[in-house]
Amino acid sequence: MYHPRRLQKSTPYICASCTRRLASAPARISRNYALIRPASFLGSVQSRRSSIPPQLSSSTISPNLPSSTIPHLTCNAYSTATTSRGRLRVAIIGSGPAGFYTAHRLMNKNPDVVIDMYEQLPVPYGLVRFGVAPDHPEVKNCQDTFEEVAQSPRFSYIGNVRVGYDIELSKMAPHYNAILFSYGASEDNKLDIPGEDVPGVYSARSFVGWYNGLPQFQALKPQLQAGEQAVVIGQGNVALDVARILLTPVDSLRNTDITEHALQTLSESKIRSVRVVGRRGPIQAAFTVKEARELMHIPPVAFEPIDRSLYPSDIKKLPRIQRRIAEVLLKGTEAAVGHSPKSWALDFLKAPKSMHADAGHLSSITFTKQEFPLAINQDLAYLPFNPMAIVRPTDQETTLEASVAFRSVGYKSTPLPGFSDIGVPFDKWKGIIQNDLEGRVVIGRTHPISQESVYRHVSGLYCAGWAKRGPTGVIASTMHDAFVSADVITQDWVAGKPFLNQMAGENGSTGLGWEALKKGVDSRGVRPLSWADWKTIDMAERARGKSKGKEREKFASVEQMLKVLDA
Amino acid sequence: MQALRCSEGRIAVSRGASSSFGTFSRQASNWTAATSQVSKQRTLRVFPVLRLSNIITPNSQSWLQTRRQFSSTPASRHAHLDPPRSGEERRITFIDKDSHRTTFLVADGDNLLDIAQANDIEMEGACGGSCACSTCHVIVEDEAYYEKMAEPDDDENDMLDLAFGLTETSRLGCQVKMSKELDGLVVRLPSMTRNLQASDFVTKY
Ligand SMILES: Cc1cc2nc3c(=O)[nH]c(=O)nc-3n(C[C@H](O)[C@H](O)[C@H](O)COP(=O)(O)OP(=O)(O)OC[C@H]3O[C@@H](n4cnc5c(N)ncnc54)[C@H](O)[C@@H]3O)c2cc1C
Ligand SMILES: NC(=O)c1ccc[n+]([C@@H]2O[C@H](COP(=O)([O-])OP(=O)(O)OC[C@H]3O[C@@H](n4cnc5c(N)ncnc54)[C@H](OP(=O)(O)O)[C@@H]3O)[C@@H](O)[C@H]2O)c1
Ligand code: FES
Repeated sequence: MYHPRRLQKSTPYICASCTRRLASAPARISRNYALIRPASFLGSVQSRRSSIPPQLSSSTISPNLPSSTIPHLTCNAYSTATTSRGRLRVAIIGSGPAGFYTAHRLMNKNPDVVIDMYEQLPVPYGLVRFGVAPDHPEVKNCQDTFEEVAQSPRFSYIGNVRVGYDIELSKMAPHYNAILFSYGASEDNKLDIPGEDVPGVYSARSFVGWYNGLPQFQALKPQLQAGEQAVVIGQGNVALDVARILLTPVDSLRNTDITEHALQTLSESKIRSVRVVGRRGPIQAAFTVKEARELMHIPPVAFEPIDRSLYPSDIKKLPRIQRRIAEVLLKGTEAAVGHSPKSWALDFLKAPKSMHADAGHLSSITFTKQEFPLAINQDLAYLPFNPMAIVRPTDQETTLEASVAFRSVGYKSTPLPGFSDIGVPFDKWKGIIQNDLEGRVVIGRTHPISQESVYRHVSGLYCAGWAKRGPTGVIASTMHDAFVSADVITQDWVAGKPFLNQMAGENGSTGLGWEALKKGVDSRGVRPLSWADWKTIDMAERARGKSKGKEREKFASVEQMLKVLDA
Repeated sequence: MQALRCSEGRIAVSRGASSSFGTFSRQASNWTAATSQVSKQRTLRVFPVLRLSNIITPNSQSWLQTRRQFSSTPASRHAHLDPPRSGEERRITFIDKDSHRTTFLVADGDNLLDIAQANDIEMEGACGGSCACSTCHVIVEDEAYYEKMAEPDDDENDMLDLAFGLTETSRLGCQVKMSKELDGLVVRLPSMTRNLQASDFVTKY
């Protein structure tokens, strides 16, 4: 019987300074054990590969034998490390970039690893499919890598199974050596201001999900015909994605993978002006230069010139990133507001205060004007040209007309049901699983004597991606972060650290993974999908898209996805 | 577009620098051929780039260390590079995160991402060379070589802004092509380790 409290006893507490030292040690794996045996690599690939069964199942491998007794694992092309710990059975929760890049790196560096990846939706890739804008297809090329990861005989995809709901974490734990949480951020931040819920106000997350075919938001019906001005609150890249989709001529989106449904609604949109409002200045804005530049190049959209006084007289002195954004914003567009049918603007130093409805629909938004406190003691944090500068409210207000508004102030991660059963602490304040920054889930307490905060790794539990770091970062940063998590798992494994279900150095995990759990999930009426099932859905989507000249036409509901499999 | 013949008689078409939808969907249909194809194509990755025998031999430890054991890139993504014509070989050296140096002889026009991937140097290239991800970031060791290159354009600089450990001589591997002027180029792969600050660490509890 799995018992989290007994697990906790098996490892001593590590004091904060030691944990910090561990955390700052390079995450890379020592080459000493990353070496492969020459014979296995230089031997004929043909003979090597033919010994790998296309699919591993629990009946073809006895779970906890040392890897040296499992011929097709020791001699395969993936061998990197040699350990005698047997099979490292890992459950990965979530199939976004964090999950896939961790799986990729783990299989690359650890010959013992066998992975089950759980995904709540029938279809994989997380925000690469449901977040990344349809007019950024090149960003989605990372799916090529994920595809190859999924082809490995050491990898199983279990789609349409929502961990914590369709299957309890406490029931999973006995059958794995490690669980990695990479389930992203499935909520968004609220503004907590009056009128936030009036009709015509949407979260950017729901709007993005809607145009990208996320089943959860297909009933959104954004009211783009109610008036001409849209206001986006927040100045991150998601805000600029929303602005760009609202302003891009619909015909330029027709051959992307945006849903047909969204195209129809966008083609009827009356929006002519989009104002993207931030609570700080341009130097503190969160968007990146590429996204701002793109918005300057949508003919015939004009950009409203920004207040020059928000920048220092010599922008060359700004740090590289802010300087390059300044160049783009100060250059603006050739088209001028007033002479163009559509325009966009960036508003700064305005914090949303209240939203107002007229005849049951959003009509305006009131903002409190903000200011940079004067430099006190030359403290850089208070200077307007410091990217980290903070602001304070003034007693002035300003009101913007708005027929539709999008709240784009960040995504939010939440704990999975059952975290407490297996000892996962969730930091609600930061919205992340509490971890040592490298990806080990850690639990802490105040030392009774020194009063220092001390942390202990919850053996066998790891995290990666937005659930680990919070909801910021592009795919490249998520990838780096996932690699670090994968490397610490391998490091801990090779170092003989305890994993799940280990009390006295014994491997108490059944190592059966999904094989042991499938029946229970089936009996709940849940239908788990395999990678082959996803490929069937994928093919059907591509076929639907082909006739319209699109990459794919996504199925917008889980029912439709499942129906394809029954056809 | 290059074609190369597999042992199975199957033709693998190497990917162009950018990924048009056409290329993308054709690759997808390749993938459905599943594992067998991937593994077979791995067989045929006879090293398209000449290795300098005095620097790297298949038996030397350093050679083994530069190999990627689980290749993440679909076979179709492994660029096929034509061997350089005799007398027109260009030398390029990669220094990996563990300071191992590996030198290859390559042809004019080959870009650094393709060279790295064809030779299993650990360079991700998440966007497949479309200048949209920054995971092919390299640091040019010698400033003189950096100066010899055509300046990065806006698109490249926009992506470099997001790169880990950006330096004055950083470039995107997918955007740098080998040429006579760049013969002898040495690039370093940035360390991906996050610089953890003590203040970064969770102390509130
Ligand atoms: C709107 C938007 C646009 C973006 N555009 C870009 C871009 O153009 N370029 C770029 O580089 N980056 C972009 N990003 C950032 C990028 O998408 C993220 O860095 C990355 O997706 C985070 O990866 P992740 O795996 O942590 O989370 P996610 O991608 O969110 O993946 C989490 C996965 O876990 C699944 N899951 C959740 N709960 C459960 C559960 N209980 N059981 C099973 N599965 C579960 C989810 O369904 C999802 O598939 C964008 C982000 C957003 C929000
Ligand atoms: N094309 C791309 O590469 C792309 C596209 C989309 C997303 N992404 C990435 O995905 C991540 C998430 O993007 P995101 O836009 O959701 O988050 P983000 O980058 O964190 O931006 C959030 C924005 O909301 C503002 N904000 C937060 N709370 C607010 C409040 N109460 N009132 C007013 N404003 C508030 C923030 O301002 P403050 O700074 O003042 O807090 C900030 O401008 C980012 O790392 C982004 O780069 C990338
Ligand atoms: S491979 Fe993505 S930017 Fe070079």
